[in-house]
Formats: sequence, C-alpha cells, structure tokens
Amino acid sequence: MEEKIVVPTMAELAASDKLPEVLFWVGCAGSFDDRAKKITKAFVKILNKANVDFGVLGTEESCTGDPAKRAGNEFTFMMQAMQNIEVLNAYEVKKIVTTCPHCFNTLANEYPELGGKYEVIHHTQFINQLLKDGRLSIEGGSFKGKKITFHDPCYLGRANGIYEAPRELIQKLDAELVEMRRCKSNALCCGAGGAQMFKEPEPGKKDINIERTEEALETKPDFIAAACPFCNTMMTDGVKNSAREGDLPVLDLAEMIANAEDL
Amino acid sequence: MELNFGLQNILFLAAFGVAIYFFSKNFGKIWRNINLGKDVNRSDRPKERWALMARVALGQSKMVKRRAVAGFFHVLIYVGFILINIEVAEILIDGILGTHRVFMPLLGPVYDAAISFFEILALLVIVACIVFLFRRNVSVVPRFKDLKGWAKKDGNYILFIELVLMFALLLLGATEANIEGNHVDGWIVSAQLAPLFSGLDQGTLIMMERAAWWFHILGIFAFLNYLPYSKHFHVIMAFPNVWHSKLEPSGQFSNMESVKKEVELMMDPNADPFAAPAEDAAEEPSRFGAKDVMDLNRIQLMNAYSCTECGRCTASCPANQTGKKLSPRKIMMDTRDRLSEVSNVIDELGQFEDDGRTLLDDFISREELWACTTCNACTEACPVNIDPMSIIVDMRRYLVMEESAANPSLNTMMTNIENNAAPWAYAQADRANWINE
Repeated sequence: MEEKIVVPTMAELAASDKLPEVLFWVGCAGSFDDRAKKITKAFVKILNKANVDFGVLGTEESCTGDPAKRAGNEFTFMMQAMQNIEVLNAYEVKKIVTTCPHCFNTLANEYPELGGKYEVIHHTQFINQLLKDGRLSIEGGSFKGKKITFHDPCYLGRANGIYEAPRELIQKLDAELVEMRRCKSNALCCGAGGAQMFKEPEPGKKDINIERTEEALETKPDFIAAACPFCNTMMTDGVKNSAREGDLPVLDLAEMIANAEDL
Repeated sequence: MELNFGLQNILFLAAFGVAIYFFSKNFGKIWRNINLGKDVNRSDRPKERWALMARVALGQSKMVKRRAVAGFFHVLIYVGFILINIEVAEILIDGILGTHRVFMPLLGPVYDAAISFFEILALLVIVACIVFLFRRNVSVVPRFKDLKGWAKKDGNYILFIELVLMFALLLLGATEANIEGNHVDGWIVSAQLAPLFSGLDQGTLIMMERAAWWFHILGIFAFLNYLPYSKHFHVIMAFPNVWHSKLEPSGQFSNMESVKKEVELMMDPNADPFAAPAEDAAEEPSRFGAKDVMDLNRIQLMNAYSCTECGRCTASCPANQTGKKLSPRKIMMDTRDRLSEVSNVIDELGQFEDDGRTLLDDFISREELWACTTCNACTEACPVNIDPMSIIVDMRRYLVMEESAANPSLNTMMTNIENNAAPWAYAQADRANWINE
C-alpha cells in the first residue's frame, strides 16, 4: 500500500484562511486519464516531500480551453478562460504550477490579456527550483548511468523556449542524456497538439507518434522521458507499436524524480 | 572627369525611368493588396524589432542556423547582391552623366581594391548559383521535389539571371582591359579573363565592352521588374516582414476581441439582451476567422509576399513529413496566389466584387487545415519569420465558428468542454477523484 498523499483543495484552505504559496493546476489529463493520474500523484509526492505549501482547485478546476482554442473554437475557449479567471482571482492566486505544457502555455500566455495574471511555472522548472533551493535532494537511484532520451513537448519547448529545465533534471538523476536527431527547437511533435489528441489523424503514410518514437529508438535509450501527459500517451503508443512495451518505459520527469527517491 | 552626354544617355535615362515607373506601379499594387487585410498592431517594442531585423533579415541568422550548405551559399549570393549594388550606383551615375567609371579617378587605389573585391564576390555568386541550380535540378533536395510548373521555373530563372548578370560584370572588366587608352588593366578576376579577348580588334572590343555594360544594367532593370511577380520579392519584403514578426511566445495565440465582447455580454447579468447595435456603428460585422484573404490580417498577407518558397517549413512539418496533405509552404503560396487573383479583379473592376472563389476550398482544403498539430515547427524553421500556422488557425476559426464544420470528433471534444469542463465525457464532480484513488 502506497503512502498517503496530502492534497488540500483551495476551498478547504480558504475556509481556514490559509491560502497557499502555489496552486497546482492539475489539468484534465492529470485529473481523468489513468496514465496521467500517475504523473499527477508522482508530482504531489514530490510536493509533499519538499513540504511545499500548495493547493488544488479540485472540482472547481475546469479545462483551460486550450484544445478548443487550437481547434478554432474561440467561444468555448473564452468561456472557459473567463470562468477560470474568476475562480483563480477569487482565491487570489499568484503562482501556478502545472504538469501540462498546454495548460502552462494557455495560463501563462493567453490568460493575462483577459485579466488572469499569474506567475505560471511548469513542473520541470518547479522541481529544479526545489532542488536549487535545497528543499529537495535526489540521487540517481535506479536511473543512475542509464540512457535517457528526452522528447521536447512543443508547447514547452518551441512555444515557450523552455529546453533546459527538463534536461537539468535528467542530469540530476546521474543519467546519460541522449539527444534525438531532432531536438530542442528542432524537435518533432508527438502528433497530439492542436487538438489532434481528440481526433484521428488525416490520411498519410505514417502516424506522427510512430515517426517520433522511431527517432527516440535510434538513440537506444533505457527510458524515454516526457514532460507532457499528451506526449506521454503518444510516445507510449509508439513504443507499443514497436513491440518494446515491456522493456522501454515512457516516464514523466516527475515520475522519474519520485521513483529515484522511492517516493 | 569627362562628361559625354549624348544619345546613349537619353536612352539610358528613358530605360531607367521606365524601370522605376513599372516597379513603383507594381510595388504600389502589392502595397494596396497587403492593405486589403485587417489592421493589426505590430509596431510595439520598436527597439526589439529593429534588433530582430538586424539579426534575422540583415544578419541571416536563421539561414545559417541549421542547414550549413544552403546557408553558406545563400550568404554569398546575399552579400554579393548587397555589395555589388555599390558598383551599380556608379553604373547609374555613368549612365546618366555620360562619364566612364566616375569614381575611379576620385578613389584611386581604393577603387581598384573595391572593384577587385566585387569581382571576387561576382565569382563566388556564380559558384553559389551553380550549386543552387544543381540542388534544384540535378541532385534534388527533398524540399524542392514537389515544386512544379511556375514555382520550379521561377527558382531557375532567378538563378540563371543572376548568373548571366555576374558574367556580364566580369566581361566588362575583361574587355576593358584590352581597350587602349583606358588606363585599365582589369581587376583581380577580369585581368585573368582579359587574355581571352586580346586578339580582338579595338572596334570589336569597344562594342563588346558597351554591350556588356548595357546588358548588365538593362538586366538589372529587368530583374527589378521581375521581382514583384516572383518569389524573389523576398529580397525586399524580408526586411519589413521580420520587423513585423510576432514577438510573443510562439505558443500564444491571439485572443479574438470580437468573441471576448460576445462572451462578456453573455456572462454579464446586467446586459440588455435586446440592445440594438449603436446607430453609428461604422463597421459592418465581419466574420469570425478567415474564409478568404481579406479576412486575414496585413501581416499575414505581407508574409505571403515575403515567402521565397524555400520549403524549410514544409520539411519540418510533422504532418507533411508523415504524408499528410498539409504543407505550410503551400498555405503561403496559396495565400499569395489568391491575393493576386483578388488583385486582378480589383484592377479590372476598380473594386473587389465576389468572383465566386475563396481561399478556403478553392485553394486550401479542409483536410489540410485539420492536419496541423500547431507545433510551431514551421514558424521556427522560416528564415524570415513567416507564420503559416496563424493562417491555418484563422481558417479553422472560420470553419468552427461560422460553419460549425469541425471534424466530428473535435465537435465531441468541444461539446464535452462546454458541458462538463473537460475534453472527455467525465463529470466535473469527479475531477478530484484521483486524490483518493
């Protein structure tokens, strides 16, 4: 039986007049998708371990509107955004951390103009900060000396220029970072962005996630590291397609850090 | 300085005038076409914009970033183009005043050094043009493979014209070196070519020198007028285009002011549901998103005229590279082609009237639009910061908000968000279940 995690909701915290330092925005995938829930829990374990004063919106959270906006439905996006901003502002939120680059991009870039101004941080940046501040310390554990390739999420990398935070975490694991042919600003999309996650791809020669997974396999990694729940799904499917399901785990960096620390 | 104003100079002035007249006319037309687009504020943070233009347009930073071969030779042609134009300035003055190499006596050894330098550049440009012709026609670079018809010819014409112009420049020096009483021995490259012509009599040499001179300058005038019809217009547009780049993080999509207003009204309990629009509402309600080029903004239209169809966007597009129909380069070429079509209608009728065609469907298919993952690989790859993705998104906005014509699975996703605040059909009340699972 795993250790109990402590996840206070903003409503509970507000009731006892204890608004937290940071809000953890879980996101739809992190809340509902079975695979992504594991990432959410791994990140919460890290937050608990580092004694971070945080809260979640729980049932008061709703989709940021990202997939609707990328699909062209500005109405649905705008309704989501305005409702979310009302909730966030009501709790006087100043700082948000999220495990989803899509939520990250929307909250950080598209909400300010609509009245939602927060400091938004991706969890790979947040964990790095915890390590730098000495609030968390890790050793490589089972990842020590292992080859890890990192798939850049488009909405973290190209979209927001965050390339180093996830890579620093891999170094902290004492693992060997092996780069794919296309990486950083040149990275190939996993195929999920722009609302593609929710539809079948158009006819073509190949699915994008297969192409990307093949590129990852070229590096002969022991692990594929992801930093986005959607990339995780796509790469996991790609690995299955290559019949490597058993021996090549696709893990979020939060899971790697949590595993290394036996959390 | 010997002034020799005569018939030649009158002819020269006439040619110069005609060249400038037609170029200005076509440039004005393109300017008009760009202004058919919607106004958009892209002149904030001017300091950053000038710096960006200096780095990306003038400094070619994105050209040399990844593809070393193409980047290197492109810089050669580019530097040649910019610097040899200094010599063209002299040719213009000579042509107007009837002088011959007007700067030579004024600058002395500096002049010789400069012309030698230009000749070396001309030689390098020739090499670069041959390399590029090879890459386009013999050992075809993948991103050029799907260029057909005019797009393929255009690229070859440009390289061929540049090649011929550079040869004319070298021929000028080489023949001149053999003309007696000219006090010219040729410069670094032309001096090597001069012996080839030493056997010719003076009359022929003078004729050849004049022919090369006229060919070179008339060729430049013609090339100038070819630009507005060609992808090569990027030599001009790259600069304003980069200056007007999107400075926000590339993941940030514009928030539509019109939709914001609607939603604010919807959410405002005090809004009067029967309120009529103000009497003096000057503007006709415009459509949501883009169906045709006039629905796009001016920067997007400027993007279309700045595109030189190099295909780096398409080569980096995950959808295209896995065999989908979408090609960001085609999005830009289609936008320009449709805009040219609209331009012709305006030229003919004085104003635009519905010609039964639109950018959507007649040029860009829905299948292309739905294949985009909005990954920004195309915008990252573009050496002059063109944004094909914004056009794709604006056209999706039209499809979804005006026609309700989204892909059915996407409709399900959007309905879910509206009903239960998640893209999947899970109840919002279950959102925190993970905590106790």
